[in-house]
Amino acid sequence: MAKALHTHPQAREGDDNSIGSLVDAHGLLTPEAERDAAVSDDQLRELYRMMVICRRLDQEGLNLQRQGELGLWGPYVGHEAAQVGAALAMESTDWIFPYYRDFAMAVCRGIDPGNILTIFRGLTHGAWNPYEYRFAPFIIPVGTQVPHAVGFAVGCKFDHEQTAVLVGFGEGATSTGDWHEAMNFAGVFQAPVVFLCENNQWAISVPVEEQIAGRIVDRAAGYGFPGVRVDGTDVLTVYAVVRAAAQHARQGHGPVLVESVAYRLQAHTTSDDPTRYRTDADLDPWKGSDKDPIERCAERLRQRNAYDDTFAVAVAQEAEERASAMRQTLVAARPPHPESVFDLVFANPPASLMRERDEFTSSLEQGGAE
Amino acid sequence: MTGVTLGKALNLALHDALQSDSRVVMFGEDVGNLGGVFRVTDGLQEEFGRERVFNTPLAEATIAALALGMAMKGFRPVAEMQFDAFSYPSFQQVTSNIAKYHTRTGGAVNMQLVIRIPYGGNIGAIEQHSESPETYYAHTAGLKVVTPSTPADAYGLLLGAIKDPDPVIFLEPKARYWMRQDIDIPAPPLPLDRAQVVREGRDATLIAYGPTVQTALLAAEQGESEGVSLEVVDLRSLSPLDMDTLAASVRKTRRAVVVHEAPVFMGLGAEIVAQLMHDLFDVLEAPIERVGNATIPYPPSRFEKLFLPDADRILEAVDRTREY
Ligand SMILES: Cc1ncc(C[n+]2csc(CCOP(=O)(O)OP(=O)(O)O)c2C)c(N)n1
Ligand SMILES: [Mg+2]
Repeated sequence: MAKALHTHPQAREGDDNSIGSLVDAHGLLTPEAERDAAVSDDQLRELYRMMVICRRLDQEGLNLQRQGELGLWGPYVGHEAAQVGAALAMESTDWIFPYYRDFAMAVCRGIDPGNILTIFRGLTHGAWNPYEYRFAPFIIPVGTQVPHAVGFAVGCKFDHEQTAVLVGFGEGATSTGDWHEAMNFAGVFQAPVVFLCENNQWAISVPVEEQIAGRIVDRAAGYGFPGVRVDGTDVLTVYAVVRAAAQHARQGHGPVLVESVAYRLQAHTTSDDPTRYRTDADLDPWKGSDKDPIERCAERLRQRNAYDDTFAVAVAQEAEERASAMRQTLVAARPPHPESVFDLVFANPPASLMRERDEFTSSLEQGGAE
Repeated sequence: MTGVTLGKALNLALHDALQSDSRVVMFGEDVGNLGGVFRVTDGLQEEFGRERVFNTPLAEATIAALALGMAMKGFRPVAEMQFDAFSYPSFQQVTSNIAKYHTRTGGAVNMQLVIRIPYGGNIGAIEQHSESPETYYAHTAGLKVVTPSTPADAYGLLLGAIKDPDPVIFLEPKARYWMRQDIDIPAPPLPLDRAQVVREGRDATLIAYGPTVQTALLAAEQGESEGVSLEVVDLRSLSPLDMDTLAASVRKTRRAVVVHEAPVFMGLGAEIVAQLMHDLFDVLEAPIERVGNATIPYPPSRFEKLFLPDADRILEAVDRTREY
């Protein structure tokens, strides 16, 4: 058994460079790789469409928080290419283990954004069934979801499934022991995992230079598998590279680390005050249309003659509708009965807990009767 | 100084410690120019420089271990955990090493370090930001665990913790960071092992700590208007427990209620009740009551008020001891 676990029957010489060679020194898909990837106009338009929708939903999340409808919002503007590109690159049979900022990934998986927001309204700790969407819950303790993905992927491997598992995390997470241990396990078990680092260059107030000496992408080599650093503002690159990495994993060649470099354009969350640690000038290099995932995608579409006003207007219109639908779903969401917190602790709850629930219920009823 | 918040009092204590002892260093996530997410280290890096107050990479296990290593080298580290649940990655270093290092080295090495942890709920936060982990730490032999309930105590206890030769887990009641008080500073450090009677009364003793002290005082005020005289004791130290102060109070009132945010099951109240029951068995008029959370993961914030101790729940518990 142990032997079967540790042999890598399908690993081939030269594999380790095949993914890295998809991109040039700037982390952009090379012309040859672009040709090979053969991403159709429709696929690229779909990437564009989801990015526009998700940016609008992010803006709406911020609005809702400011209007007091949400307790907290963690903006992901600047992450659209990474999240949409990666999520759409995965097959529907693949799995995704997100971190708290991966809202756009959840939307791409078909989860109702209005329901997701109930988490940030304080109504629930989890708003979807992971099995239904092949999408694990948002995890808040930084880095701790990374080894979960490895465990799940090892299970997929043991079950002889052709499934890849994508795990999202920030660059701050790469400092945690959990992350390093997960990388090591994935290498040792040749787990079908795509590690997606959304390097937005800030962990709250800590800049990436204070987080990491060296490059994140280079750490993959230390764990015995390939790493590739991509321009995280170019959705086509993210999409093609993650798709290739997932394919590599599914075919039994083991894990891949994809470092997607972009920038956190907003506060860490609505509780944060970034003026204390960075200036507007810090953002300037990341504000131009050459760094805007949506503008860049539009430009690629134009080059293909696959972009016109009718399309753009229709997408913008749809984004408006989705944003207002999200708001309506959130505002209409009925809080679950407070008792439900007792029912969700165990699959097979002990009698003592059920007694606590009954006491709680009767105290609520007494309170309500007053 | 007038109108000092609890958070500011902690900041002043850190400032005074950095100023009076050049071996004091402070580190954690975002403690540099941000001043920590609760601003407890506000301005300290600017004043004392990056070798005294510095950001670390995001890794709590090594933040705790760094404190161990630097303490061994003769520094006086004060490490910050950003939130209660995020202290858990450091648990192994704290329980297996920091708590045992003095023993392991035959007393040769002191673990003179402080780990500051904001704790408790009632701030409307998302998951993992409202935990009450005090029992994990108090249950670990070799650690001292303290928690202030007022700005004045926050200042004095933190100075006391930094000066103490042993490892101190310093739990900060985050919902009280904005509580204001006029305080005299500089003030001497407070002893780490003394509870305090914060309100005198005759009919029952409310035993509280950290965030629940104000709640207990509110209950006592409400009780007074209903003709019940309640004494309130603030533990301040969760390990060791100042049983002398507690026993003296309960000997007088003969009834007691322990109040904490943590689940009642296996909470600190269990130890307090057991000791009081043992020592004052023939004095007690009624079983000691406990008010705390149910045996559930901390609930979504929409419901948290239903599970947090409030004056009504405390007074109902008092009634149970009086009607026994
Ligand atoms: C274990 C742990 N420690 C601390 C925190 C508090 N915290 C939340 S997000 C964050 C920064 C994370 O930065 P990064 O991993 O780069 O992700 P980003 O938020 O930038 O997307 C910190 C310190 C946490 N959630 N979990
Ligand atoms: Mg980051």
